[in-house]
Amino acid sequence: MSWDEFIVTGDPFILAAQISIVITTIVIVFGLTYFKKWGYLWNEWITTVDHRKIGIMYIIAAILMLFRGGVDALMMRTQLATPNMQFLDAQNYNEIFTTHGTIMIIFMAMPFLIGLMNVAVPLQIGARDLAFPFLNSLSFWTFFMGAMLFNLSFVIGGSPDAGWSAYMPLASNDLSPGPGQNFYLLGLQLSGIGTLATGINFIVTILRMRTKGMTLMRMPMFTWTALITSVIIIFAFPILTVALAMQTFDRLWDTAFFTLQDGGMPMLWANLFWLWGHPEVYIVILPAFGIFSEIISTFARKRLFGYTAMVISIVAISGLSFVVWVHHFFTMGAGAMVNSVFSITTMAIAVPTGVKIFNWLATLHKGKIRFSVPMIWTLGFIPNFTIGGVTGVMLAMAAADYQYHNTYFLVSHFHYVLIAGTVFSCFAGLIYWYPKMFGHKLNERIGRWVFWIFMIGFNITFFPQYFLGLDGMPRRVYTYIPEEGWFSLNFISTIGAFMMGIGFALLIYNIYYSFRYEQRETTGDSWNGRTLEWSTSSAIPPHYNFAKLPKVSGQDAFWEMKQLGEDTNEIKQYEKIHMPNNSANPFVMSVFLFIASFELVFPMVDYCDFRVDWNTCMYDSKVVY
Amino acid sequence: MAEKSMSKSHFPWKHIFGYIMSIVLTAVALLIALYSNFAVRTIVILIFSLAFVQAALQLLMFMHMTESSNGKIQAGSMLFAAFIAIVVALGSYWVLEFGIHLNHHE
Repeated sequence: MSWDEFIVTGDPFILAAQISIVITTIVIVFGLTYFKKWGYLWNEWITTVDHRKIGIMYIIAAILMLFRGGVDALMMRTQLATPNMQFLDAQNYNEIFTTHGTIMIIFMAMPFLIGLMNVAVPLQIGARDLAFPFLNSLSFWTFFMGAMLFNLSFVIGGSPDAGWSAYMPLASNDLSPGPGQNFYLLGLQLSGIGTLATGINFIVTILRMRTKGMTLMRMPMFTWTALITSVIIIFAFPILTVALAMQTFDRLWDTAFFTLQDGGMPMLWANLFWLWGHPEVYIVILPAFGIFSEIISTFARKRLFGYTAMVISIVAISGLSFVVWVHHFFTMGAGAMVNSVFSITTMAIAVPTGVKIFNWLATLHKGKIRFSVPMIWTLGFIPNFTIGGVTGVMLAMAAADYQYHNTYFLVSHFHYVLIAGTVFSCFAGLIYWYPKMFGHKLNERIGRWVFWIFMIGFNITFFPQYFLGLDGMPRRVYTYIPEEGWFSLNFISTIGAFMMGIGFALLIYNIYYSFRYEQRETTGDSWNGRTLEWSTSSAIPPHYNFAKLPKVSGQDAFWEMKQLGEDTNEIKQYEKIHMPNNSANPFVMSVFLFIASFELVFPMVDYCDFRVDWNTCMYDSKVVY
Repeated sequence: MAEKSMSKSHFPWKHIFGYIMSIVLTAVALLIALYSNFAVRTIVILIFSLAFVQAALQLLMFMHMTESSNGKIQAGSMLFAAFIAIVVALGSYWVLEFGIHLNHHE
């Protein structure tokens, strides 16, 4: 393989990206050296095992990925704005929708929520850190390296182009030649290690490290959802690990798990992918529900209505999430019996979700509502998410799904649940816990603008897509002709997409603006909160979180303390605290994992060309591009 | 029956019971495999069922699954794991059965 196959060439966008990557790298290296920040970066961030700092790094990485996935989205919407648009070609379009989907789910939604879990969960249960701080750092770095490996495909080797679901045989060597798909497989595999470890970490933390009196049924709702999410993670991710390994073997070493010939079964990939993929949907929505529950209860100044029903419904969702996967491929050709069963299980999931919606509404009922920014995101979530939910029930009907399948109706549905659910919750959670992370709030006035621009833009983007779908516009097409009559709705949709882009940019500006001008918090209780994270001695908790571990006597522990007039930070006697040391090992291990994965991306045979003197090549040259 | 005697004496009734049951279950499986005249399919089903019974027995009798302070959580997670395993294995088979069928006829 020669260098011009290694580095992607010949496309102005990618050339621009390559140049900007080089320039950004130089600027960062120069800046760090000039301001003498290398030590700070290494000691305070890269080697840290502090849950809050790791959480912040997760969130920063997720916002970077949100930017990248968002740019992908804007490019797609530009291409689809008018018929016969010449902005992107088919190959670029395929690559972009693949990376958009993968990045938004794996490298944006999950790390964002895991970041918020990292920040809030130990504080909420009155713990000083996670159960395994070292493992937590390793989780972050494997995720980060996986994300970087995946993003590298854009400039080195070429991006994957078989869709984020990477169906076989489309993703096989025959139909997706080149290393692009290998980047997908190895990048997901690498970051999957981190996710799995996070799942274990949170389960042990929540089951083992709760403070005195914090029984399971007194835990804040966000902690409950973090627990159940972790359970889903440790049961669902092994399926992905195995499926990815099998596809990697198919591509690199000519096995025949998912091939068309030699007894392989391409549909098994779809089956295994969605066996993980559907629980994955709940991995990114349950913590969102938890965040909204916290915010509604705080800003309605009421205890969460139907706490027990909420817990039962998230547990029910975790079980049901594993028995609905076939609804992603109703049209595959399984019999009426199979489709009917999965149709019913899918509709059944709407029941616990509906229970939650009504619980939130009942919590709002007669509450003294404050319309702060986290709260308006939450109030925006309820109707928008419900639109996504009811169209989901429409899609759940197997017979009707033959009409909706693979159209923009579906695209619109999952964006309505993922954006109105997950993305709104990420923003709401970020704003809600922002003072815990950085010691000041985000500006409220700009925050309102962000909400309205983003929320209206979101509806302008995706509402027309329902009708495009009903009109028969298929997803994943890179262009269409004027006669098909999809122009006006597509154009409206593109306008909305750019509004969302502006909203996002304004959010980033708000972070900068608030850093400069926003008032610093003086107490740990920024929002008149109800749960333990607000009871810490200062806005940014000390690295040991609590000098004295709080004692809990009921739900909404901190609220109760405030009612009784207890001062949580009054300490008569200090006890010894044991905290973990920083460690460079997770970072170094992840770097080596990154290098190993990168080598696997380019099949062995091609390495022989790089290393001139290596006469004894281990493998016959079967895979040749 | 084992639990009552447990609380009174220190004699490990549970372990003895589990040990004897394990021997019995293994012997039954062996007898079925070697000396019965059932169809192969039936034999396989019987052996697998006996194996699962024995696995459960060992978890309860020897591994103290339900005894520690978080025994409920342990038992719950084991049951959930079993549920997921069954869903993944049997579910996949059931869903893809038509495909296997197709391949055989081609």
